[in-house]
Amino acid sequence: MPARIGGRGLLRYLPVLPALLLLLVFLAGPVFWAFQASFTNTGLTGRNARNPGWVGLENYQRLLLDPVFPLSLWLTVLFVGASAVLGQNLLGLALAVLMRHARRAVSAAVGTAVVAAWVLPEIVAAFAAYAYFSRDGTLNQLLGGLGMGQPDWLYSWPMAAVVLANIWRGTAFSMLVYRAALNDIPTEVAEAAQMDGAGGWKRLAFITLPMIRGSIATNLMLVTLQTLAVFTLIWVMTAGGPANASTTLPVLAYQEAFKFGDIGYGTAVASVLLLIGAVFGVGYIRLLREGKR
Amino acid sequence: MTAPARASGTALVEKAPRPRRPGNSRVSPADVALLVLGACFVLPLLWLVLASFDADAGHETRVPAALTLENFAAVITPGLLLQPLWNSLLLSAGTATATLAAAVLAAYPLSRYRSRFNTPFMYAVLLGTCLPITAIMVPVYGLFVQLELLDSMPATMLFMAATALPMAIWMTRNFMDAVPVSLEEAAWVDGASRMTALRTIVLPLMRQGLAVVFIFVFIQAWGNFFVPFVLLLSEAKQPAAVSIFSFFGQHGAVAYGQLAAFSILYSLPVLALYVVVARGAGSSFALSGAVRG
Repeated sequence: MPARIGGRGLLRYLPVLPALLLLLVFLAGPVFWAFQASFTNTGLTGRNARNPGWVGLENYQRLLLDPVFPLSLWLTVLFVGASAVLGQNLLGLALAVLMRHARRAVSAAVGTAVVAAWVLPEIVAAFAAYAYFSRDGTLNQLLGGLGMGQPDWLYSWPMAAVVLANIWRGTAFSMLVYRAALNDIPTEVAEAAQMDGAGGWKRLAFITLPMIRGSIATNLMLVTLQTLAVFTLIWVMTAGGPANASTTLPVLAYQEAFKFGDIGYGTAVASVLLLIGAVFGVGYIRLLREGKR
Repeated sequence: MTAPARASGTALVEKAPRPRRPGNSRVSPADVALLVLGACFVLPLLWLVLASFDADAGHETRVPAALTLENFAAVITPGLLLQPLWNSLLLSAGTATATLAAAVLAAYPLSRYRSRFNTPFMYAVLLGTCLPITAIMVPVYGLFVQLELLDSMPATMLFMAATALPMAIWMTRNFMDAVPVSLEEAAWVDGASRMTALRTIVLPLMRQGLAVVFIFVFIQAWGNFFVPFVLLLSEAKQPAAVSIFSFFGQHGAVAYGQLAAFSILYSLPVLALYVVVARGAGSSFALSGAVRG
């Protein structure tokens, strides 16, 4: 302890205690418990619930041999990559850029529509998305109207359905981040480039995007982390099915722990998810620190 | 609709960069693109609204043959809707109150004292915001079993408060940093303690910021499905997010009209609260506080 913080100094930090306790007990505690429990055969009920045994790396070995795990890892990467990194991020940027060129009324109305999908409780959004993608839902009605095929999305293309649903649900966040970032760009910069004869696309590529580089990186990290944790949307729409075709890591962890009662194995899956989250979390913080320098 | 055709015509003619907010009455390509994207965002919500007024609604989106309030009447019963909504209110208000109290207390020393403890603590907290919460639900369940806290409303509130805390601490500290210390100094001269100064001078000045944090946490808690789904078992304690799922999501024959009506009634409070935040403090303001730290 540095000399500056004597007894009285530490006492001044007493008000931090309730927050610290909550964070330690309910966030840090479970994270450590997860890593520890993933080395045991803890069960939901029965003998293994009362007297869990230490099984070492057995759960992780099982993970590597279980054909569902690599599939679910791949589906998670696909889900995050397609719906967050590409979908939400690019669409959010496009919306924010378009809004600067549109009339105020149009951009306000569209902004409201985009934000509405984001503000709705997740279970309601999930029900709406389920109805939208169901066999005789709105999407197929539209496709039928255009004379196109009407697949049963939730059975034939479950990943496409949940990816699109998550883009619909989450784009508002990226849009708001990019709107704020674009508003921070001084108008003189764009005007100067315009004087030099730079067209719209050139200005976007060589001036606007480099200037909001920091926001792009931050946004990518945050949408990745948010999408990594998505459970309700997938659970309601497909429940991970059919035959694990849309089982991402959160769904797999839930199924193993609660449906099959294997807490030890479920926490091993959760631990992998936590590690992936930690990598992105640390990356995000490093980005922010660099931005402050 | 002739607007899109006319707009694409103007797109060909108008090569020169246009001012940011065109005041003329012509529809720009940006307007058209935005409206098309906006329509895609509205479509999934259309079903929700139309089905709620349709006596025999199914998956498909259609204008009801006869508008009816039957669905709303059918779900507005104490057991089906009112008790779960009351539970949601308790859970969300309790969570938001606990979060705000802990966040304000923690933010005060972090905002007012200089110490080498501050920065590492704030970054550790920031790492907490990155935690994929769905990944720790299995260990949290295990923790709740061991502490015999399963099916306890207060314990669920505290856990939800802990998950909201990292973000809340960052936002609250930012709002508190904006209140000049010089205002408190007068109170100290008069012999007031730090905590008295916080209560009588700082908090009233950051009222609006506190409201933003409270509503932010409230909205999140209100919409949260997964946490109460795992931690609250008895039907009498379940919030609307869970009861709507167990009522409509798991049983065979689904009354879609009632599901839609329930969803709308359940969503309205948070939509209204979001409007309050967006109007009062500016959504981008609140968001930038949340995102940039």
